[in-house]
Amino acid sequence: MRELPWPAKVYFVALIGTAGFLLARSVTMPKWYDQVEWSRLIVLALLFLVCESVPTLLNVPQAAVSVSYSAALAAVVLVGPLGAALVGLMAVVSVRPGLPVVKRLFNGAQFVICGYAAGWAFTLAGGTVGLPEITDFPGIIVPYGAATAAFVAINFMLTAIILLLVAGVGRNQVSLRGIVQFLGSIVGYATFGLLIAGLWATVQSISTVLVLLPLFVARWALGHYHAEQRSYDATIAALCQAVETKDYYTRGHCTRVSAASSMIAEEIGMGTERLRAIRYAGMLHDVGKLGVPTKVLQKDGDLTEEEFAAIQLHPMRGLEIVRGIDFLDEAFAGIMHHHERHDGKGYPMGLAGSEIPEFARIIAVADAFDSMTSDRAYRKAKPVDVAVAELRKNAGTQFDPVMVGTFIKALSRDGWNPPEAVPAPPDDAVETTAKDHDDPTTPIQVVSER
Amino acid sequence: MATARAAHGLDSGQLLLICAAGMLTVAGISHTAAVGLADSQVAIGFGVLIAAGELARLTMPGNREVAPVSTAAALGYALLLDVGGRPADHSALQVVAVMSVGMIAGGLPHLAVGRPPRLDAMARRLLAGSLLAFAYRPLAGPLRRVALEGDWWPALGVMAVLSAVMLTADVVIAAMLRAEQVRTAFRVAVRDEIRMGGPLGAAVAASGMLLVLASHSMDMTALPAFAAPLLVTQVAFRKYAGIRATYLQTVRALSRVTEVGGYVEPGHSRRVSQLALAIGRELGMSEPQLLELEYAALMHDIGQLSLRDPIPGGATVLTDPAQARRIAELGAEVIRKTGVLHGVAEIVERQCDPVGDSPPAASRIIKAANAYDDLVGGSTDRDRAAAALERLRLDGGAEYDPAVVEAMARVVDRLVLVTRL
Repeated sequence: MRELPWPAKVYFVALIGTAGFLLARSVTMPKWYDQVEWSRLIVLALLFLVCESVPTLLNVPQAAVSVSYSAALAAVVLVGPLGAALVGLMAVVSVRPGLPVVKRLFNGAQFVICGYAAGWAFTLAGGTVGLPEITDFPGIIVPYGAATAAFVAINFMLTAIILLLVAGVGRNQVSLRGIVQFLGSIVGYATFGLLIAGLWATVQSISTVLVLLPLFVARWALGHYHAEQRSYDATIAALCQAVETKDYYTRGHCTRVSAASSMIAEEIGMGTERLRAIRYAGMLHDVGKLGVPTKVLQKDGDLTEEEFAAIQLHPMRGLEIVRGIDFLDEAFAGIMHHHERHDGKGYPMGLAGSEIPEFARIIAVADAFDSMTSDRAYRKAKPVDVAVAELRKNAGTQFDPVMVGTFIKALSRDGWNPPEAVPAPPDDAVETTAKDHDDPTTPIQVVSER
Repeated sequence: MATARAAHGLDSGQLLLICAAGMLTVAGISHTAAVGLADSQVAIGFGVLIAAGELARLTMPGNREVAPVSTAAALGYALLLDVGGRPADHSALQVVAVMSVGMIAGGLPHLAVGRPPRLDAMARRLLAGSLLAFAYRPLAGPLRRVALEGDWWPALGVMAVLSAVMLTADVVIAAMLRAEQVRTAFRVAVRDEIRMGGPLGAAVAASGMLLVLASHSMDMTALPAFAAPLLVTQVAFRKYAGIRATYLQTVRALSRVTEVGGYVEPGHSRRVSQLALAIGRELGMSEPQLLELEYAALMHDIGQLSLRDPIPGGATVLTDPAQARRIAELGAEVIRKTGVLHGVAEIVERQCDPVGDSPPAASRIIKAANAYDDLVGGSTDRDRAAAALERLRLDGGAEYDPAVVEAMARVVDRLVLVTRL
């Protein structure tokens, strides 16, 4: 609480005050006690507690929405505004170890307010509180929809305000796609609430168990999904690094290119799916390099045309290796064309300008940048600003100027951690190369064999 | 592997299943056509939901095709007591008809974009649903009378028991098919099916019962409302299945870098992993163990990437033992860096250990499979295979586990036969 900025504190106190006032007003009404169906309330409150204790993972971690929506909305129908508010109040005692009291109070207060709002919206739109009859369907959908809308809108607003006051969530963190997914999940969870309310007339509290079972199975699967996803990311990184161990100086190149590529992609506002794809494409862009004979990379001096052709083949080799993976097609295009140049003088196909796939244009910038800011056998790492100047110089000839501009913007905001200086290899136990095909400052020289 | 199996055609168990389902479909549709559709609005509503679920089918790890929404809707229709108080008196054969028409309708768009249906999986879904319908429909009348008087417990109990029986039957059928398909022991297959299908089956059964209750108290509104819980489940499972598939594809793909780099013969990792998998199945390994075995077999040579120069020919059975051991350790180090595949790293690390050091079973399998492939390569020559097996047998149980070698002999025998045919 102490570290909160003062507007947040004011907001926080006002919120709790409002919630307290609303509850007090209901409780001081005559005979309020008899207006509440206590057995329903207790079951729904328990359900809320269970749901609140296992929040679903969402993109923005601070604004995690949990299934508890369903319980609160079912309470709107079955018990009324006060019931929904009391159910929401359970957020204060949710079983989440380590959740600070401040957050508990905030959650409780905002759920109380949302509960009241949803309850009023329900009655205003013509709904009657109590067990829904068969004849209420499908007409009940209108007031129930109004209740859901009120609940979600106010919940979203209250949470967004506190997030803005406390941290200021960046524009990029909440994408349009994310909002669509968010709304979709809300409609889903709202329907759970309707199911609970609708089934109550038939099987009372058993309805909650039946509704919860599929939900928990879904959560089980989602949990496994996230674990597999993390494990997958770690594995792909480790395998790419294994490919690089052969060359002493390029270690870590793949992960850094992946990071820089996703910086650019995020800056131009790519969706989650494509962001993930470009991360993998950046990671895998050089796997084909293993097919280039070591003696070519280690050769001092100019290469013959034949030797240069071996280097030019590596994007195709890479593509050949990863083609069996179920990535977005764009990721493959990115790997295949990451050495094309904006002026059409690149390889393997000599594409130019907008013919080059977007992913490839991004990876090309990230690739060259990391190459310049890392140590090489034949030179020390360049400072970031020198590398940036070099990117600027080559924008329009080698690189897509838009991507260079975007990258520089992202760099100046987020900064960049260049790799640590690589100590000179201890002896000749490791391999060093005399060439880096990614380095725009020392292009590979080719002699004609005629 | 799936395509290879498809090319060889369906095996006898699958054929039997598909024929049974086909006959049932014909019987259901012709009966319904003869006596007319009872309560057509309800039937159409459920049929549409089944079709939608079939459209959204997904493939779970292990190449298992499932359609949870379709199955749950079919379950709901089979178990239906009443719709908003109006009794549901459809016969079991009508359930079969609605199911099969819905499934065919949902499968057509897939067919249109060139994804042929997995007939055996569809047949299994149809049979499981029909089984339930035949067992439950005769009881529906009495159960409804009790339920409408306010006591839902008998109905719920019967539904739960019959759903459980149906799920068990489904698991047994699936395990039988799988045992035949991938040649694993039946008991292992049952365990695998329960592990893979259990959670989803529970969710589907609960949803089916939910649908029955919802139809009673919410009338036809139940159908769209009910789609929500299953949609959430479906999305979660789709994501999980997707990442599992990508994971395996990625390890398979990246295991080829050793070939591109000239460290091993082309196709070596792939062949070793396929042979190792077949041996593992022959020895009764469960699916999670087989997955670790496959990962380890694919990456067993990855330690060579840390070597300065490729070993000529790359055949580790012919290199000196110290070198081979070094490669195994380097490989394990690489895999350990993932921070997750500890079991795989252990298997790779101990792939050179003699039997006396009691390495994990997977390591012994990889050691033998690797040696076999080094000796035989991609050749399908019978004599060469026999010679290689003889050489592994002559070792006398010091380096190669005799049980593994014998399992390999059986597998190789089968493979050679298949390629000859």
